[in-house]
Amino acid sequence: MNKSHTPGPDQASRSATGMSRRDSLKLGAASAVAAGLGLAPSQQAQAEDVPPGPPTAPWTMPLTVMRPKKPVAELNPPPTREAGPKEAGRAPHQIWGEPPHALYRIVVKEGQHSFHPNLPTQTIRGYDGTFPGPCIVSRYDEAALVRFVNQIDPYAVGFGSPEISVHLHNLHCASESDGFAGDYWGTLRHGPGLTRAGNYKDHLFMNYYAGFSTDPNGVGDPREALGTLWFHDHRMDYTEQNVYRGMIGSYILFDEIDSGNENDPNPQALRLPSGVGTYDQVLMISDVQFDASGNMVFNPMSENKGHLGNKITVNGKIQPYFRVQRRKYRFRFVDASVARFYEFYLMNGTNSEDFQYIANDGNLLEAPLTMNRVRLAPGERSDIVIDFSKYPLGTKLYLVNRLAMKDGRGPEGLVSRGTEVLRFDVAANPTTPDNSRVPERLREQPPIDLSQVTKRRFWEFDKKNSMWAVNSELFDVEKPAAVIPKGSTEIWTLQGHGSWFHPIHIHMEEFRILSRNGKAPPPHERGRKDVVALAPDERVEVLIKFRDFTGKYVMHCHNLSHEDHAMMIRFDVV
Amino acid sequence: MNSKRNLLRLAGTALLAPVTAQAALPSLRRRSSMADYFPNVTLETHDGRKVKFYDDLIRDKLVAFNMMYSICEGICPKNTANLRQVHEELGSRVGRDIFLYSITLRPEFDNAAALRDYVRHYNIQPGWTFLTGRRQDVERVRVALGFVGDDAKTDADITQHTGMLRIGNDRLDRWTMTPALGSHRQIKRTILELT
Repeated sequence: MNKSHTPGPDQASRSATGMSRRDSLKLGAASAVAAGLGLAPSQQAQAEDVPPGPPTAPWTMPLTVMRPKKPVAELNPPPTREAGPKEAGRAPHQIWGEPPHALYRIVVKEGQHSFHPNLPTQTIRGYDGTFPGPCIVSRYDEAALVRFVNQIDPYAVGFGSPEISVHLHNLHCASESDGFAGDYWGTLRHGPGLTRAGNYKDHLFMNYYAGFSTDPNGVGDPREALGTLWFHDHRMDYTEQNVYRGMIGSYILFDEIDSGNENDPNPQALRLPSGVGTYDQVLMISDVQFDASGNMVFNPMSENKGHLGNKITVNGKIQPYFRVQRRKYRFRFVDASVARFYEFYLMNGTNSEDFQYIANDGNLLEAPLTMNRVRLAPGERSDIVIDFSKYPLGTKLYLVNRLAMKDGRGPEGLVSRGTEVLRFDVAANPTTPDNSRVPERLREQPPIDLSQVTKRRFWEFDKKNSMWAVNSELFDVEKPAAVIPKGSTEIWTLQGHGSWFHPIHIHMEEFRILSRNGKAPPPHERGRKDVVALAPDERVEVLIKFRDFTGKYVMHCHNLSHEDHAMMIRFDVV
Repeated sequence: MNSKRNLLRLAGTALLAPVTAQAALPSLRRRSSMADYFPNVTLETHDGRKVKFYDDLIRDKLVAFNMMYSICEGICPKNTANLRQVHEELGSRVGRDIFLYSITLRPEFDNAAALRDYVRHYNIQPGWTFLTGRRQDVERVRVALGFVGDDAKTDADITQHTGMLRIGNDRLDRWTMTPALGSHRQIKRTILELT
């Protein structure tokens, strides 16, 4: 197997491998499977790894806009520190004081979803039964408690698991609310991290800055603020199936600086384009594979390569359009795909337009960057601001994915034409003056202070006998691969091997990338992140702390096929 | 219950599929999506029976498959030992409502007699069936189960063969896999969660 040395993700490439007869057979088999919710299988595969889907007319429906989910006035039974009698057997909330500021109830259930008017509706499994699930908007220092109610039939037929574990990626969060892979639950069964099954499970999201427990004011470091988060399933062995089937949602955090009000009188406020659902838009990107009959398919036997879809959906729809006013908008991209990488360009005819890149993995950079592309690995987020006032009424701009990917191994390189996934129609002048700004300074970053480092750890990501492993070990749900004293600062070296890309994700805290193959990371990766895409054979060093909470957490590859089989480690903070 | 059992005998299944009193379970006659996907080739068990891969081994059952070969000195001995322990812990359910299968990667060498020797050598109890057959049939089954290397070179190298246990419940149309070298507690959990 040829391994090309990759200087960094921008120039990453890998040697192509020929398709053996076995591969073709496997793919033929792959395309012949209809998932439990589909009808009869389709015809044999062609030469591509992903057979083309059925034709769907572009630009036939508007973008589904994510609006803030409404909290509820009360929950019945009321939330308690210890798990309630009908609640799944979680550990008590390690912090429990005043009642949370906002209560939410999310029912995890099957629902009927239309990806496109040309396709039959599909049975998805999602939060509130929708694809994607709801968008929760929170503020720092205002705790949110979300009660997840599991209404999936324990004997449900088809891919996906009736037991779930919800992870809010990547809130600085107590372990018992972090959705540990072994903390899965349903009405009948439960995982080894819990003591019993239950109808519901409460997740408490304190919405505190990291460092709050050692801050005399109890506030923590505002430089550690998070922004664009997403929640998704994390049930060990079935994460890929559950996420693919629809268990995704979004979560936005505001604070005094990124305040969510573009008319904010507070001089500290950035006044970025605001209004979740108006000028502040979440764009969840998931690719789905459809067979010739238009049914969503998942072949559980092709987990080797990871699953690529043949249609890219934005907020659950194929090629929607979005009418915009001639003013600035903030877009929060979430790569919610189980394996696909993207590189998006904003095309105006043949021109690739510039925009302001402001946040990576939800974390505001020190200063905005003028860029013309958004590159995402599974799990990553990017916030950008597009100023549509530059364009005359009637202009149509296209969000185009130009990153080719043959199979789940990783991106190949750019293609000149790409796939159009979303169309922006510059349709109206602003209804009110655009007072939003993109200031020259966004958020101050915490200093990189290596003198605090107490330990270095080395993690190798590899494949042995068809099993994904970290340091040659398979994920052990019962045994931590690292035990870390609370409050530590460590340097972790992540080493990739073979011909695969691995987007590595660490729970609990954001990290800083110190180096990629010995060199500084590109400018848009110099802030705080929680997913780092390892190219084949790449070596990345990250600086990370483990503050405020104790308990079980995980690090894993966010190609969910790898995660499930079993490229994940448990680490315990004590 | 009895009338359902009789129906199954008449249908000619080699092994009794269990009937459990769960109202939520779909009818036994329902055709899973995998019925069209799996090749229904004839394989031979270590005790000399001829079986149809899908109809006899998988249809309506909870199954676990792994690959091995008798002279493997790599992962197979450990896999087999691990699975033996799982087999012991699952007890009499194995062969009744849980079915363990191991398929040889070297059908030309591992005929039924060789597999019987292997079973005796490891003192493997009934309920866990070892399978061989014509090379092209075993190949089709191997590929259908997704036990394929990433590329031609890895795939051709028998010492790099899969260490995964493919587990599925045909009635629930749900499949997963777990490393055969993983903790036997974990393997047992994964299997039981599909019951």
